[in-house]
Amino acid sequence: MKGQTPMELLKRQETWNITYTHALGETASWFYTQLRDNKKLYGRRDSKSGRVLVPPRAFSDQTLEPTTEWVEVGPAGHIETFTIVYEAFNGLPPPPYAFGFIQLEGADTAIGGFIRGLELTDPSKATEKLAVGAKVMTQFSEKRTGDILDFWFELI
Amino acid sequence: MTAPRVGIIGIGQSAFTRRRDDASYPDLVREAVIRAMTQADLDFDAIDGTVYSLSPDAMVGIGNAERLGVDAVGGRNKPFLRINTGGATGISSVAAAYYHVASGACDVILTAGADKVGECGDSQTVLNKIWDPTYERQLPHGTITMLAMSGVRYQHKYGMTQEDMARVVVKNRKHAALNPNAHLRTEVTVEDVMASRMISWPIKLMDCCPQSSGGGAMVLASEKFIKQNKLDAVWITGVGHCTETYYQGDRMGTGQTADHADAYALGKACWRSYKMAGITDPQKQIDVAELYAPFSNTEFHSIEAAGLAPVGQSVPMVNEGRFSIGGEIPVNASGGTLCTNAIAVTAMIRVAEVALQVWGKAGAHQVKGAKRGIASGNGGDHQFFGTAVIEA
Repeated sequence: MKGQTPMELLKRQETWNITYTHALGETASWFYTQLRDNKKLYGRRDSKSGRVLVPPRAFSDQTLEPTTEWVEVGPAGHIETFTIVYEAFNGLPPPPYAFGFIQLEGADTAIGGFIRGLELTDPSKATEKLAVGAKVMTQFSEKRTGDILDFWFELI
Repeated sequence: MTAPRVGIIGIGQSAFTRRRDDASYPDLVREAVIRAMTQADLDFDAIDGTVYSLSPDAMVGIGNAERLGVDAVGGRNKPFLRINTGGATGISSVAAAYYHVASGACDVILTAGADKVGECGDSQTVLNKIWDPTYERQLPHGTITMLAMSGVRYQHKYGMTQEDMARVVVKNRKHAALNPNAHLRTEVTVEDVMASRMISWPIKLMDCCPQSSGGGAMVLASEKFIKQNKLDAVWITGVGHCTETYYQGDRMGTGQTADHADAYALGKACWRSYKMAGITDPQKQIDVAELYAPFSNTEFHSIEAAGLAPVGQSVPMVNEGRFSIGGEIPVNASGGTLCTNAIAVTAMIRVAEVALQVWGKAGAHQVKGAKRGIASGNGGDHQFFGTAVIEA
């Protein structure tokens, strides 16, 4: 069709909106029940390596053994990494928001969560305080549903 | 055991752009396939089967879109399978195609695919859905934030600045300006990058790859077939893959299995390819590299994982021009993933571009005298790293 008058090219728009009801399984269900009912966070210990996995998992990806013990962790911890999002994405929260991965006291790995209580408008200023190694405290929502969003972190 | 040699005899790719309103999804696949078949100078009857390169369906908005690809690759009455390893899909497809020939199952095999990322208005929303719905999707995690968090750790550990990141963009855009198939071909300055809006600290708009549409295809054949038919070829002499734990939070903290700042498993995948190809000193033995880096900061840890710089030391080497065209080991002479990202075929294009370089067919972005190179592809959140060594 080259060399001819540009033809009219048509498009067709479509939206996917699909609902799922995900089963969380026994390990995450226990973790979230403790979070919801008692404002407590737990990891799972891999007895072979002694490593406490947070978020808790039913087995260790390293030793490949089932984890055997619940270990209470936090509520204090420190930032291992973070980002601040300034761009709006469809279906995701309105920006700006900060979130990152926190190593809670007693844990050997880091868990993701929002970092709140910080002015985020100017990224350079915000990152004077937000840093790898910065100490944080876990905060719990008044109304908890048994979800990762039931808690967040604030700088100490 | 000496692996049988497998050659690349045909390469096809689109001139990538945000949208291709003149082409449906299968039209784009066919465009690349025809180009690869034309270079290979083969009839479709010579093809024994197809490895189809297609990453998450939601990006093209068609469930199991490989079904639409069957006709576009001339697949009727032949073996056909789809590969999906996220961003690594293209190089995993090349690896699967390689094994089809190396195993003796096929003499000639086609690998092909296409993506239309520019048609998806919500690619980060789609990519958020690759995170588990139990602990991480709600955060909300995504590919930009995941690699921004790698950048934050890399900054903390090795002292990279945002200006250093910007210099990667400047280099790759300069390369892309020479490559007619690249999507973002406008040269930019450090100031331009620094002035672009913050997306996910420390990644700004110009530190990000674009959403590209286009196709890619390669024809691979056995050494026996290539010699019998007196075909021109370059050779796949190394193939390697490696994975890491799903949990990003396990790649940090006191109990870490690797550091999320680095690309540990990519390093393992590179060394698997090097070992197979007999490479012991990549800084001396590699002439050119196409390393999958969709955000500027990730090019640093990719260069280090490929052994082209010591871990944590690539930043000054990028700044000195070591990895620019004209430097010692040009990295992403095509402009790389940073300038073109049609996800389903991006990692295949990395292999294709190294092949074109060692073939001496790269055109304006040709690296003089390139005889041996490495290509890589990354998928998921460090779950899929693929590499290949290509030699003239």
